[in-house]
Amino acid sequence: MNNFVDAGDLMLAFAAEGADIGLAGLAVSGVLILVAVLISLWRKLDLERSLLWAAIRALVQLLVVGWALQLVVGPDDPLFWPALWLMFMLLFAAWTTSRRAAGVPHVLVLSLLAYALSGLVTLGVLFGFQVYEFEGRTIVPLAGIVIGNSLAATVLVSRQLLLAATEQRGVIEGRLALGLSAAEAFQPQLRQALRMALVPQIETTKAVGIVALPGAMVGLILAGVDPADAVKVQISVMYLVLGSVATTTTVMSIGISRELFSSAQQLRRFRSD
Amino acid sequence: MVAHDGFSLRKVVAGPAADPILRGITVDIPNAGITAVVGPSGSGKSTLLRLLNRLDDPLAGEIRWRGQRLDELRPDELRRQVAMVFQHPPIFAGSVLDNFRVATADTDEGRALRMLDHVGLAAGLLHRNAADLSGGEAQRMCVARALLTDPMVVLADEPTAALDGEARHTIEKLAQQLAEAGTPLVWVSHDTQQLRRLANHVLAIVDGQVAAFGHLSDLDGSDDPVVRGLVGAP
Repeated sequence: MNNFVDAGDLMLAFAAEGADIGLAGLAVSGVLILVAVLISLWRKLDLERSLLWAAIRALVQLLVVGWALQLVVGPDDPLFWPALWLMFMLLFAAWTTSRRAAGVPHVLVLSLLAYALSGLVTLGVLFGFQVYEFEGRTIVPLAGIVIGNSLAATVLVSRQLLLAATEQRGVIEGRLALGLSAAEAFQPQLRQALRMALVPQIETTKAVGIVALPGAMVGLILAGVDPADAVKVQISVMYLVLGSVATTTTVMSIGISRELFSSAQQLRRFRSD
Repeated sequence: MVAHDGFSLRKVVAGPAADPILRGITVDIPNAGITAVVGPSGSGKSTLLRLLNRLDDPLAGEIRWRGQRLDELRPDELRRQVAMVFQHPPIFAGSVLDNFRVATADTDEGRALRMLDHVGLAAGLLHRNAADLSGGEAQRMCVARALLTDPMVVLADEPTAALDGEARHTIEKLAQQLAEAGTPLVWVSHDTQQLRRLANHVLAIVDGQVAAFGHLSDLDGSDDPVVRGLVGAP
């Protein structure tokens, strides 16, 4: 997930000029990884390999992203490349969700649909009202923010619904046996799962600016943008994140709920039953 | 004389496709009195009850309720006619009254209190958190909740298996009152003494098939020692 967020934040920062820290600056920032490795060695955390692997992986991924961005950020570049990038992000997010929420029926198709619909709705608002220009430079990072931030919540809601359907089978069937429809019988579990997925995002939104300064804003300020302008961008990003997480998890949970029950309003059985 | 206007099952096969539990059941369950379903563990008694409430569908065969195929009825409408009481009472969040309102949303306090009295629970329990009820109280609450849908038949899957003597006695008495008032019950039981106290008819299932069916006195005289054992024949 963070890869998407980082890519989005980084690209927003590209909107401004003069952010070149140079290779020397990059190397010096690597010293901080060395500090983390030394702490791991000192406290016998056995995390040195993980730390180095994470640092190298982030470096390589972002170098690749940086190279690939050159294909989409130019104002005269065709929209073909951003579209391709978007497709890749959608497929990768759906594949990641299907791996992390294994066992959920038709999870790959459902998550693909959820991310696509969420992107359509949230980006439709931002581009429809011309908050941002519709061009590669904005499409890719904003879509990255939508998909990236929705991924963890989508996985969580998917796992939670499957868990509820197996662990709370007795209660759900108790409600079905009283003549409630599948949607009515599963409503408490659906509500609980959606709350679990959304509450952390709401808390993050509430704490923004107090506990931590968000990435896009920091990136823009470091790149020399007026903080007042950076704040405006950041607020639109935060609202985009909230909207996309809510939309994706809702679409996903409705889709999963339908898959969990047969047309005869019976709770299906799953591998973990 | 056995009536045939309740559930009719014809060559019903049910359970996992690779290893069905019920293997070709054909029986007409009377629409009167208490029909006890007995059989060894894993013989398919609970599977049968789940089919009648349509929580599961059979792999093969046909089930009819009052002459209509179950798969031609709306599942929610069928389930409101065919109430189910589970061995482990499913308790919903909230108070006893909240639980009643899951079954029937417009249950007012007056009806709820009458229903509590009907199942032998104190009126003071109405606003108690349902999760705080004892096992016996919870089961009686679930019976009351099921009865709020005004069912035409009650399916009970070992409803007293986890209860002590007094709570068991209350539920049994309630079942007899219901049957006498015209609401038939299909009652799964492991308890031979209980079935001898309650049953008008007995359906014995062994290895997923009907081993015997009829009045208790008929099964007492069965040639099959397994059937006589299941009904606790003297």
